[in-house]
Amino acid sequence: MGDFVQLVVSGIAAGTIYGVAALGFTLLWQASGTINFAQGEFVMLPAFAMLLFLGIGAPLWLAFFAACIVSMLLLGVAFKRIIVDPLLRHGVIPLVIATLGLSVFVKQGIKAGVGALAYPFPSAFPAGQFAIAGIEVSYADLGTLLLAGGIVIALQLFLDRTMTGRAMQACAQNTEAARVLGIDVRRMTLYVFLINGALAAVAALLIAPSYLVKFDMGETIGLKAFFAAIIGGFNQTRGALLGGVLIGVLENLVGFYVSPAYKEGVALVVFLLVILLRPEGLLGKAEERKV
Amino acid sequence: MNASSSTVIARPRRPAVPRSRTRLALAAIVVIAFALLPLGLKSYGTYLCSLFCVYLMATFGLNLTIGYAGQMSLGQAAFLGIGAYIAAIGMKAGLPFFAMLPLAALACFAIGLALGFPALRVQHHYLAFATLGFNVLVFLVLRNEEAITGGTFGIRGIPRPSLFGLSLERDLPYFWFTLASTLLLIALLGWLLRSPWGRAFAALRDNPIRAESLGVNITAYTLLAFAIGACCAGIAGAYFASLVGFIDPAPFNFTASLLMLLGVIVGGAGRFLGPVVGTVIIVLLPEWLRFMQNWYLAAFGVAVIALMVWLPGGLLSLPERLASRRIGALP
Repeated sequence: MGDFVQLVVSGIAAGTIYGVAALGFTLLWQASGTINFAQGEFVMLPAFAMLLFLGIGAPLWLAFFAACIVSMLLLGVAFKRIIVDPLLRHGVIPLVIATLGLSVFVKQGIKAGVGALAYPFPSAFPAGQFAIAGIEVSYADLGTLLLAGGIVIALQLFLDRTMTGRAMQACAQNTEAARVLGIDVRRMTLYVFLINGALAAVAALLIAPSYLVKFDMGETIGLKAFFAAIIGGFNQTRGALLGGVLIGVLENLVGFYVSPAYKEGVALVVFLLVILLRPEGLLGKAEERKV
Repeated sequence: MNASSSTVIARPRRPAVPRSRTRLALAAIVVIAFALLPLGLKSYGTYLCSLFCVYLMATFGLNLTIGYAGQMSLGQAAFLGIGAYIAAIGMKAGLPFFAMLPLAALACFAIGLALGFPALRVQHHYLAFATLGFNVLVFLVLRNEEAITGGTFGIRGIPRPSLFGLSLERDLPYFWFTLASTLLLIALLGWLLRSPWGRAFAALRDNPIRAESLGVNITAYTLLAFAIGACCAGIAGAYFASLVGFIDPAPFNFTASLLMLLGVIVGGAGRFLGPVVGTVIIVLLPEWLRFMQNWYLAAFGVAVIALMVWLPGGLLSLPERLASRRIGALP
């Protein structure tokens, strides 16, 4: 029983990281119809940026903030201006393919330019663990849970309670109506891209200590972010967190009770079950099809 | 924002397969030249030509899924792997190649149906995600089930078949055998797309919603296109196993699937010959551009983005694009 609870706790912690990456993915989809297949590489890149800043002597918090800014500029503004904006008029598929091309470029560029080694990454939280009611919880898990959970809740509050957040949601729901109501749609879309850049940096900070920083680390995290987003409901921001946590917990349980070798396959199975039984996702609403 | 159900990259109105005598004659010359090419090459060159044919089978199948059904499959390498392992395991057990080939094809067809069914019921390109996850899963199975697949050590000593008593053990006969099989498969696909039944695929490509309103069951046809595409990869896998003689999980990873997908799109998805251009780019060009090493793939990624911005129909749409620009320039 103790094992079980511990697996669930650390699964939730890992799941919130998937949730953070999935959240950015969902927001991009809602605000601009961009299915970003480079989301995993968007997490890998800030991890390398942080390593670079750490390498020139910056403390972790400073490296994180610097990487956040780099990520928002590069993966937010530049990604939107250079790739998304010119391609949106062509429809969904060319954009999806461009993001696939981007993922190849970023991954292979890092492999060619930096190398194929896995670099260790310092944890943002102290090592060790403590016990509550007989359950051992590591500080890293607790810190991840608090930071990632806090960010998701803060973002949710921002989207629901502030004028800007509600305007962003309005753009996502009905772009034309939002424009008629005087909302600056372009600016709102830009905000979403900036938020996605920042979320990618957060996910990188949290996942890099356990995944190690490597050119292909984005493959796994990206895949889980997609699945978390779809499992939770592609058009629901809350769904991303639920999907992420569900994957994180089930992965841990399967890894322990069934076989550690097939941990990575859990997300696919849950995804297939969800789209068979509830295609709109656990929290999602069905969408109408436009002709 | 809603996505239209299945947007196709380019939907110019044209017959499913180009059919003019000059083109046919041209194709025959190219094929004969290609068939004679290895006579002047060393064994590695012959191997590359055979490899090119193997990948051509897989990408022609993939083109059916991408170009005609408008769905993205990121798992073609997984089907290639399934075909290769089925053929390898069977042939190591002493079964003949020609018994394993249909088995590999059927298995991939069936798995394609089973995987595509849940994913294609819903839109948003869920098939892309499902196949991506599937590729990861297949890779794990190939690597972890050592008792069956040999794990990372792979399976070695896979024999080559013999045809009508002629041994195909040597490189050159095996290349001709693979080339002939590839042409047969391409001809079959061409025939399929031209048959009254297969014309629905072109209707699907040009306008899925119109096709549906004319009575084409788009879900069934999309699923079928994907399963046939998977089946082609299974066939290619069997030839691959015999060609290389040693298989391990590495060539069947997700990156291989991604490159095949991007290759077909760069060539021109939905164009019958798009996969030829795409396969040249992903199989042959990297060999010539060895000095670039990893940068080749990075540059390929940039090229894909640039192509999507300026020429979303792929390289083969360039002549049409230039022609339409010239017409547009007339007063």
